[in-house]
Amino acid sequence: MTDDPLDRLAREMTRATPEVDPAAKARALALAQKNFEARQGTGSDARPMSDRPRQGAGFWTGVRTMLSHFPTRAALVTSTGLVAVALVVTFPALRDMGPPPVVPLTSDDSEAPLVEPVVIDALPAPLPAPAPMLADRAAAVKLSAPQMELAVGAMAPDALYRPPEADTEAFANADENPVKIAAEAPVSTFSADVDTASWAVIRSSILSGMMPPKDAVRIEEMVNYFPYDLAAPEDDTPFRPTVTLTQTPWNPDTRLLRIALQGRMPPVAERPPLNLVFLIDTSGSMQDADKLPLLKQSFRLMLSELRPEDQVAIVTYAGSAGEVLAPTPAGDRATILAALDRLEAGGSTAGQEGLQQAYATAAKMQAEGEVSRVLLATDGDFNVGLSDPAALEKFIADRRDEGVYLSVLGFGRGNLDDATMQALAQNGNGQAAYIDTLMEARKVLVDQLTGALFPIADDVKVQVEFNPAAVAEYRLIGYETRALNREDFNNDRVDAGEIGAGHAVTALYEVTPVGSPAVLNDPLRYGAGDAPSGPADELAFLRLRYKAPGTDTSQLIEQPIPATVTEADTETRFAAAIAGFGQLLRGSDYVTGWGFGDAIALADGATGSDPFGYRREAVSLMRLADSLSDAN
Amino acid sequence: MHSDEDLARRTKDGDGAAFAALLERHYDRVFRLGFRLLGSRAEAEDLAQDVCAALPGKIGGYRGEARFTTWLYRVTVNAAEDRRRRSARQTRLAADWGLHEIDRQAGLAEDAEARTWLAEAMRSLPDELVTTLALLLDEGMTHAEAGQVLGVSEGTIHWRMAEVRKRLRALHAKELEA
Repeated sequence: MTDDPLDRLAREMTRATPEVDPAAKARALALAQKNFEARQGTGSDARPMSDRPRQGAGFWTGVRTMLSHFPTRAALVTSTGLVAVALVVTFPALRDMGPPPVVPLTSDDSEAPLVEPVVIDALPAPLPAPAPMLADRAAAVKLSAPQMELAVGAMAPDALYRPPEADTEAFANADENPVKIAAEAPVSTFSADVDTASWAVIRSSILSGMMPPKDAVRIEEMVNYFPYDLAAPEDDTPFRPTVTLTQTPWNPDTRLLRIALQGRMPPVAERPPLNLVFLIDTSGSMQDADKLPLLKQSFRLMLSELRPEDQVAIVTYAGSAGEVLAPTPAGDRATILAALDRLEAGGSTAGQEGLQQAYATAAKMQAEGEVSRVLLATDGDFNVGLSDPAALEKFIADRRDEGVYLSVLGFGRGNLDDATMQALAQNGNGQAAYIDTLMEARKVLVDQLTGALFPIADDVKVQVEFNPAAVAEYRLIGYETRALNREDFNNDRVDAGEIGAGHAVTALYEVTPVGSPAVLNDPLRYGAGDAPSGPADELAFLRLRYKAPGTDTSQLIEQPIPATVTEADTETRFAAAIAGFGQLLRGSDYVTGWGFGDAIALADGATGSDPFGYRREAVSLMRLADSLSDAN
Repeated sequence: MHSDEDLARRTKDGDGAAFAALLERHYDRVFRLGFRLLGSRAEAEDLAQDVCAALPGKIGGYRGEARFTTWLYRVTVNAAEDRRRRSARQTRLAADWGLHEIDRQAGLAEDAEARTWLAEAMRSLPDELVTTLALLLDEGMTHAEAGQVLGVSEGTIHWRMAEVRKRLRALHAKELEA
């Protein structure tokens, strides 16, 4: 027998193979069954409306109808089943909540082989203390302050809108920022961005077994999804920059410049009273577990964070229309909860007046010194018809100027109108967030309530001037849709992003030092003029501009960035891991020889204290993406 | 008794009982294959659990063109490769292939030589050969079917087995020299 070594090997292998452990088997089977059931609940039933997904008649179909009295020309993007909820306000407390149940993700009925991961087992324990949270876009509430005029200017409009004919999910993105030569274009300017919707989209896609579309990947939103332990401002300035220069994980010959802004967290007690109007889509498709029921749960979470002097109203549209809860003091929880419980999804999508009615209700509630916000919740089916982005912008911007803000939250998976959410958010009207689990709802609605509601700085612009004596080339990672012209920096009429209370914003540059083998561009044969004259120990100069909420004149913060490379701390490493992950998802040309495994190892070693478990969740997600990328 | 393919079809139609029956029937194979691919019980259990958990999503991709087990093995092999790749950075996963398990089965650990030989042999084989070998150990697995699972021709499987033999002989020769 031993003659054939293969036989011997087979025999030994077989002998070494252990018996199945019944307990392990039972666990695996139970998990499988749970996943199976979760899929059934959400799978094919998820799209009862015929005009949902593939047709791209999503969110904005509704908007179109709803705002049909507006003259419209083109249209917004359409996408598929996005539930948008409007509101994003939260208080940092809510510590008594146990770990919320995981809400099964809705699944799409796509034909592609799906991998259902199940990784979300451990939800983070309740947080110990209100940490400064990141929030999704800070569309924040302004009180009186006449706002900038219709801020469309800063962003390329075509990045925001897609024609309604598009059949697919629409995402707003632009080509990856290219490498710039410091001697030729030393100045990089962009607008702050605290949106985080891209992360949830990516997560949702990966959890359902598909790699996210490249255009859905916005790296700055991925990075900014996570809270970082950053030094808060000590004086009265609204935010404080933290700048680090470290080794780039994916390229030993370049450096990673991280610029992080931490917004001040005013004591919650000082906040003005809030008026919240929930505008809720009650069309039939909203009955899925991860839509209206999730919305109700989220709403309850948030309610417990409101104060007695705050007011809440609920307006529904689509299935049932009208004001189902007149403005009610938040202290009257019984009335509010009863109204919430009465909400039911069903019926056709009619009702076009929802948005106007919500705004009218908000206007009624508005009083001097109070903050009002409409929170729009839908799954993308709703008839809030608006075929003209400009008209929508104007309507919402006018209301904003009157002191009422709009936030949009998407519920449901897969069919989202990302570009439209972006359009809303980037036009300064509100935060766009995508909610797929109760955990996400807690993050957006509760943990970040404060930040989203209270702007501390408007039109935050970042400008970095690189010193050609120290920097050969640089590249801004992400922020493609947030680019500003150099001259826009000092132009106070050019709109930029807001930072809300406690928000943090991180930007990363990959910087190639002079003399590094990683330099991509050869020097010019015919000379580039004078040799750079800056001090070689200074890498760059950082300039920040912002406006105090309600003012028209910007303030300037300046500081030099030394060229000293330091050891990356946990926060930097984690941000770098996420940025690297995002670039892998986008198929970046600048990250080569570095893969998902490296990103996972980097992130895994940088989870820090992670009180909410966001980072651990990210690591699980990255592992899954790794598997998916191999499977495809 | 329903065929695997029948159960798979019902599963796709949302029949939870069919899905349960399918898993009950095949978990052991997935686990055993996983062990042979990865060389550790813990890894094999994790792998089997991952595969089970992912099946509700994945099964939509099963089109009934191959036997269900062929498809299932493909899923398992792919998942195992993911695992290998992920752990490659830290340690070579199967470096002590099966040693732990054999040690645990005290009665069977007849001679230290056998187990060292096994570990040594497995270490000497590249992953693709281990994968092929592990598949062929499954009861009733033919070279043709292993080829289907791995997406290679039957001839490639023959060749790989010959390659395994060759390497084992080389290993044996080295032992004799030593």
